[in-house]
Amino acid sequence: MREKTLRLIVAFASTHDAMAFEETCLSRGVPGRLIPLPREISAGCGLAWSAPPGEEAAVREALDAAGIREQALRPCLV
Amino acid sequence: MIYLDNAATTMHKPQAVIDAVAAAMSTFGNASRGAHEGALTTSRVIYRTRAKLAAFFGCPKSEQVIFTCNATEALNIALTGLFHAGDHVISTELEHNSVLRPLYRIREEQGVSLDFVPADKKGCVDYADFERLIRPETRAIVCTHASNLTGNRLDIGRIGKIAEAHGLLFVVDASQTAGAARIDMEEMKISVLCFTGHKSMMGPQGTGGLCIRGDVPIRSFKVGGSGVQSFLTVQPPEYPTHLEAGTLNGHGIAGLSAAVDFIQSVGRDTIEKKETALMMRFYRGVSEVPGVTVYGDFSTEDRSPIVSLNMWDLDSAMAADELAQTYGIATRAGAHCAPLMHRALGTEEQGAVRFSFNWFNTEEEVDEAVSAVREIAEWARP
Repeated sequence: MREKTLRLIVAFASTHDAMAFEETCLSRGVPGRLIPLPREISAGCGLAWSAPPGEEAAVREALDAAGIREQALRPCLV
Repeated sequence: MIYLDNAATTMHKPQAVIDAVAAAMSTFGNASRGAHEGALTTSRVIYRTRAKLAAFFGCPKSEQVIFTCNATEALNIALTGLFHAGDHVISTELEHNSVLRPLYRIREEQGVSLDFVPADKKGCVDYADFERLIRPETRAIVCTHASNLTGNRLDIGRIGKIAEAHGLLFVVDASQTAGAARIDMEEMKISVLCFTGHKSMMGPQGTGGLCIRGDVPIRSFKVGGSGVQSFLTVQPPEYPTHLEAGTLNGHGIAGLSAAVDFIQSVGRDTIEKKETALMMRFYRGVSEVPGVTVYGDFSTEDRSPIVSLNMWDLDSAMAADELAQTYGIATRAGAHCAPLMHRALGTEEQGAVRFSFNWFNTEEEVDEAVSAVREIAEWARP
């Protein structure tokens, strides 16, 4: 089992938003990847973007560029 | 077989479509259901296909491209989800049952009232009738882009302007045009565009959708698994999830994506010109045959590649069977699920034999079909 590390997690309202955000991050070089939505962020299921904790500014800029309103954006041990 | 039943479905698909479906069937997980590579691969293809279709149809928001299994499902979603008791809807006599039956259902079950713009003996409408039928409680105009029986196209840009001028929703059934005819939702003021993937888009059966322009709330038609917001007791409110319960046809959507690429690589306009030329070649050929009656308006080439005809008083079913059995030519006989159109043309009893053309047809095939019609008409001469 991998050891948990602190990550910046972004949760989305829909898979479409998650896909749009991934595309935007890839095009802008924002590091991270899609992961299953951690329970600490929200119960249920869905996708979340996991980014290094120091990338909040880049992540917020990417959200703006993609025109996405996130459901949650905060650090989390995953 | 000479396949001239493309208005029902295109049998010959681009190889890229076939390859895309085959590849998807060995690599796709379930979209929106997990973050492993199989699921993400499918989610990405579906996401990109929405974007392609949004651009192709001029739909401003790709998340408002909703996938369905065909145009009928898209029309059911739109027509049962848009209206309320007391609303009035205007449609036309050109419609297929995929529009008519949902409309009749909401008349019975939701208390929506209906009026139909009449068609003349050539299957044409008077556009002034749309305005004439508008009343204070009118909420929408719902119409086909082209008759599946005659091929006559409606000027949806003109109807869209009427709808916009009166603050009405405009719902278009593009079953016979999507992929071949130019459609721009923004320019044509279309609120909801319903399309199928397996006809002139040349994609797989089981694909289609509706594109929603602007802030148009549609009630959920089906509810269930969404892969997100699982503890909500209702379908999530965000498009596309709001209208897409259950696993999508990812394999089919991969093929539809390849179909859009094919159309754009050849050029939609190029495809339309070839299909129109084949249709007009056939029309000119059969028009000279004694005893042949062709239905529809051929005074313009701005029409879908369909020619419906009868030979003397020969039963259209018998004619189509003769074409298939003796000449190996696939056509469609009968009523074509277009009862009001047949009534307007006076062909309720005889039906009609429909020949419909596609990018993959050839002039040689058209000429063989003309010869076959000539021989059958001579045989049927009273």
